[in-house]
Amino acid sequence: MVNDLPVTEIAPKAEVRELSFYYGDFQALKHITMTVRERKVTALIGPSGCGKSTFLRCFNRMHDLYPGNRYEGKIVLHPEDTDLLARDVDPIEVRMRIGMVFQKPNPFPKSIFENVAYGLRVRGESSRRAIEEKVEQALEDAALLDEVKDRMHQPAFNLSGGQQQRLCIARALATGPELLLFDEPTSSLDPIATAAIEELIHDLKTQVTILIVTHNMQQAARVSDFTAYMYLGELIEFGVTDELFIKPQMKQTEDYITGRFG
Amino acid sequence: MKPTEIRALIASHRRYDALFALLGVLALMIGVLTFAALFADMALKGAGRLDWNFFTAFPSRHAGQAGILSAWVGSTLVMVVTAAFAVPLGVAAGVYLEEYARRNWITDLIEINITNLAGVPSIVYGLLALGLFVYQFGLGQSILSAGLTLALLILPVVIVATREAIRSIPQVIREGSYALGATKWQTVRYHILPYSSAGILTGIIIGMARAIGETAPIITIGALTFIAFLPPAPLQAEAPFLSFEWLLSPFTVMPIQMFNWTSRPEAAFQANAAAAGFVLVAMTLAMNALAIWLRYRLRRNIKW
Repeated sequence: MVNDLPVTEIAPKAEVRELSFYYGDFQALKHITMTVRERKVTALIGPSGCGKSTFLRCFNRMHDLYPGNRYEGKIVLHPEDTDLLARDVDPIEVRMRIGMVFQKPNPFPKSIFENVAYGLRVRGESSRRAIEEKVEQALEDAALLDEVKDRMHQPAFNLSGGQQQRLCIARALATGPELLLFDEPTSSLDPIATAAIEELIHDLKTQVTILIVTHNMQQAARVSDFTAYMYLGELIEFGVTDELFIKPQMKQTEDYITGRFG
Repeated sequence: MKPTEIRALIASHRRYDALFALLGVLALMIGVLTFAALFADMALKGAGRLDWNFFTAFPSRHAGQAGILSAWVGSTLVMVVTAAFAVPLGVAAGVYLEEYARRNWITDLIEINITNLAGVPSIVYGLLALGLFVYQFGLGQSILSAGLTLALLILPVVIVATREAIRSIPQVIREGSYALGATKWQTVRYHILPYSSAGILTGIIIGMARAIGETAPIITIGALTFIAFLPPAPLQAEAPFLSFEWLLSPFTVMPIQMFNWTSRPEAAFQANAAAAGFVLVAMTLAMNALAIWLRYRLRRNIKW
C-alpha cells in the first residue's frame, strides 16, 4: 500500500487510523489509515463493492442507524481531536458537524425553503430572521439562489434533478458543516447537471473540507486534490490526484485507472 | 412462421385476451351490482320514511312516528370516543414498531399477534369489554364502554395501516433527516408522520367505517334497544361549558336500532329498518369518500 505522500503544509482535517468496519460477521473495511486534508477535495474511487461508500458513511456514523454494524479503529476530527467513532461520542453530534449529500437527490417533500431550513430547525434555531438569512446564504453558496428565489415556498419536487441535488447541497451547507460527504452525487444526473455540481464542489472547498465517493474516474481527476483507490475493503493507494492518475505506484491502481480492470 | 400463420396465432391469443377481460368484468359486476341492488332496495323500501322527522324523532311504538335521533347521536358519540382512543394508540404503536423497535423475536411475536387480532370475531371483543370495561372498570353500559370496545376492535386496522404508510417512505428520506443531526423523534415529527398521514388517515377512516356498522359487541356490552332520551350535551351554557357526563350515559347505535326494527312483525317497521339501513350505508360510504378525498389531497405534493 502506498499512502499519504508528504503534503505537510496542509493541515489535516480528519485522520483515519486502522479503521475496520463489519456488517455483522462480514468485514467490509480492512485497517484503513489515511488523512483528509483541510479545505481540499479528497476522492474515494474503486470498483463497485470495494467499500468506498461504506467508508464514507463511517464519517457521519450512518451505520449506527442499522443493527449489527461495528467499527474498529479511529477517525480523529481536528482541531478538537474528537474520535468520531468513540462510544461516548453521540452520532447525532457527529452528524451535526459533518454534512452529507446522497447518491440520488433526496429533497424532503416540503417547500424549497423548508428543505434548507430543516437542519437549522433541528438545531433549535427559532429566529425567523436568522433562518431566512442562513437559507438564502446556503442557496447562494450552492449556486441555486438565482434559480429559486422567486419560488422559495413551492414544493422542492418541482425542481429538476440537478437543481434538487444542489438543493440537497444547500441543505447540508446551511448548518455550516466542518466536513461535507458526497456519496456519488452525480450518478443520477445528466452531463450538464453533473458539470454544474462539479464546479460547485470546486468552489466549495474554500469554505469546507470535502470527501467524495465517485465511480467515475474522470470526475475524481477533475474535482479532487487527493485520491484514494480502494479495492475489496482495503485502501490500495492514496496520494495527490495528479500523481496518482499520471504515475500510480501500485500495479492494481494502474490497472484500474487505465481501464484494464473494474 | 409465415405471416398468415403469425396472424392466425395472434387472433387466437386475442380471443383469450377478450375472454379474460369479459370474465373480469363479470366478476366485478357480481360484487358491484349485488351491492347496488341491496342499496337500491333499501332506498326504495325506506324512501317513504326518509324525511326530516325521521332524523329528529325518538323511536316509538308507532312506526310512522319513530325516528333515529337517539341512534345517530349515539353512533356519532361512540365514534368520537372510538377515534379518540384508537387513533393515538394505533398510530403510536405503528410508529414505534416501524421506527423504534429493533427487529427480534419479540417484535415478530407482536407482529403475528396484531395480524391475528385483526381476525378475532367482534363478539369476542364484546365479551372482553363486558368483563373488563363494564364490570371490572365499572364504566357500565355506557358510550365510553362502547367506544373503548370499538377502539380495541379497530386498533389492529389502524396499526397495520400506519405501518404500511410508514414503510412506503423511502429510506433515503430518513437518512437525509438523520444526516442533518435529527433525532428519531424529530425525524418522526417532521417527516414520518406528515408523509404517512394520507395512508394513516385512510386506515383510520376505513376502521371507523367498519366500527360504525358493528352490532354484536355493542349488544354484548348491553346497549339499549329502545331509548327515548339523548345523552347530556357535551357543551353547556354555564362554566366550565364542557361536560363529559355523556360518556357514562346509556345509548343505542344505528345498527342496533335497525336490528330492533327488523325483529318487529309489523311491515311499517320494516320500512323504518330499510330507511335506517340506507342512512347507515350512506354514512359508511361518506366516510370512505372522505378517505379517498383526503388521500388524494395529502398525496398531491408527495411523489417517490
